[in-house]
Amino acid sequence: MDFKKIQNEQTSWEQGTVKKTLERFGERKEHFKNGSNNEVKRLYTPLDTEEVDYLRDLGFPGKYPFTRGVQPTMYRGRLWTMRQYAGFGTAEESNKRYKYLLEQGQTGLSVAFDLPTQIGYDSDAPMASGEVGKVGVAIDSLADMEILFDGIPLDKVSTSMTINAPAAMLLAMYIAVAEKQGVDSKQLAGTIQNDILKEYAARGTYIYPPKPSMRLITDIFAYCTEKLPRWNTISISGYHIREAGATAVQEVAFTLANGIAYIEAALKAGLDIDQFAPRLSFFFNAHNDLLEEVAKFRAARRMWARIVKERFKAKDSRSMRMRFHTQTAGCTLTAQQPDNNIIRVTIQALAAVLGGTQSLHTNSRDEALALPSEDSVRIALRTQQIIAYESGVADTIDPLGGSYYIERLTNDIEEQAMEYIKKIDELGGAPEAIEQGYIQSEIHDSAYRYQNEVEKQERIVVGVNKFQTETEKPKGLLKVDPELEERQKEKLEALRKKRDQAAVDRSLKALRDTAKGSGNLLVPIVEAVKSYATLGEICDVLREEFGEYQGADIF
Amino acid sequence: MATTKVIRVLVAKPGLDGHDRGAKVIAHALRDAGMEVIYTGLRQSPEQIAQAALQEDVDVVALSCLSGAHNALFPKVAQLLKEQGMDDVLIIGGGIMPDEDIPFLREKGIADIFTPGTSLKQIVNYIKENVK
Repeated sequence: MDFKKIQNEQTSWEQGTVKKTLERFGERKEHFKNGSNNEVKRLYTPLDTEEVDYLRDLGFPGKYPFTRGVQPTMYRGRLWTMRQYAGFGTAEESNKRYKYLLEQGQTGLSVAFDLPTQIGYDSDAPMASGEVGKVGVAIDSLADMEILFDGIPLDKVSTSMTINAPAAMLLAMYIAVAEKQGVDSKQLAGTIQNDILKEYAARGTYIYPPKPSMRLITDIFAYCTEKLPRWNTISISGYHIREAGATAVQEVAFTLANGIAYIEAALKAGLDIDQFAPRLSFFFNAHNDLLEEVAKFRAARRMWARIVKERFKAKDSRSMRMRFHTQTAGCTLTAQQPDNNIIRVTIQALAAVLGGTQSLHTNSRDEALALPSEDSVRIALRTQQIIAYESGVADTIDPLGGSYYIERLTNDIEEQAMEYIKKIDELGGAPEAIEQGYIQSEIHDSAYRYQNEVEKQERIVVGVNKFQTETEKPKGLLKVDPELEERQKEKLEALRKKRDQAAVDRSLKALRDTAKGSGNLLVPIVEAVKSYATLGEICDVLREEFGEYQGADIF
Repeated sequence: MATTKVIRVLVAKPGLDGHDRGAKVIAHALRDAGMEVIYTGLRQSPEQIAQAALQEDVDVVALSCLSGAHNALFPKVAQLLKEQGMDDVLIIGGGIMPDEDIPFLREKGIADIFTPGTSLKQIVNYIKENVK
């Protein structure tokens, strides 16, 4: 390509044709900026991608550096997994919703737990008051988990569980349910989120301080390598970092910095990179800026491949392959004119698919108002199905690859995110940067800037700061029965009376002994779960041994 | 010269909800508007919030909850504030809550509820106009 000639032509276009037009009609804004506060140019040409070396930077799908996708045939072979995050109320109600979703053509499960479960409290704990069954299903013990998966063959579905601080306990319950179904743990497929660093930084459901939390995580890596080879042991999550206000660049940077910290912890615990790294998975947000998001996914894949290969000297290319789940951006949903959210979700879902996601959750239109109703969830799932079966975007791999703008953006995101990672390395790594509040304050600054842009109408949110109309709020919002908390407490009380208390005490003592030493915590946790020790009891043993984390409050 | 008293606000997160983007953005905006702001951080029980309000001698308590536990937690805070004689404190709330819950919360002593899409300016003005 003759770059010199293109440069000359571009200059003459700018100084001739464009200038004349601008004299007659100005552009809509003086500066066009994307969500990461980067200038968007009028036009991108081969000059913007001059430095791209196809084989080095893009390559082929399924091969290093995986920029264009992690599988050789991508969606031509198999579509992404359509996985709607769901769960509310009791195990019985959630079990019904899962069966409904599977009947509607969903291909994987994604379990939402209520906050007491996520923070390791039983439903009758004082802090659980008012929260039982609200944002997810309440699970107090193996007995609830048995109901949750009743009639769902665990060797046939893959299950993702959004659980972090008590990830080991919920995974142990899943293993125990599978055992009762006669399913060997080696057949189990799914994911636990298990990403504590982003809990400290952005999501808030932490229990223990960083050090013992990292031990729990590396114990899970070690346990699963041997016993659950098909399980994704962690889902390193940018989703919540973005929801908390981060830009696309920050989302990639902070997520990968956390990923680096997990690898370092696992290496320090004596694990081999090529044994655990292939089971690491990721979770990203799909926001409104369609093209920036597509570039973000591509940049993240390439960066991770390079980091794992160059920094950690992995040899197995599966270790370098970034597989990720995507969820559309909850924070973009508006309570005003909620049907407009269907369109937002469509654009965001399209970004995820064009970006090569492995699985996808599409949000429901009514989520700025309440938990989604069944009707809204169905529309959200249909949105994915329309993209998959009607739009044609799944028929060729990385269809936007080679676009001057996309490739330029991919490079820019990689470069800017690497600068952040360098800065975090200088601070001593992600756990240290979080401890110092650096990551939280960067996220908060972006959130505050975003809100001020909305206030000043520099950023338009349709139906909120422009094009407002009075519309009636939708009816039929899902409401969690307030009586449920009492019923769940009664169920728990009955379980405590019925179970073999001596067996519970023995198993909790074994857990305490392991916690004091250095053995793998999963082993006694699985035993404790099987004795019907409650989640709160198990977590309390570790609270006593490990202490509790106190969050830093920065704004 | 007349001096205007600086408005003191406690921004609080009752319950187990970890979504604090909104709470922190509002805390920041109130501070920029010249108020003195104390943010409790996550996972505060109603008792802890009432205690902090008393200790900090605030004029306003702004509660944020996105987990759906507002009907259980907000009235509890209002009741505790009343019990410790802080009847004159302006209590406001925000988060994901259906319209039909708002009359109930008002009746329980929450002066007003601000749902997604509310502008920062609107909240600042509301506080300035309604603080006692």
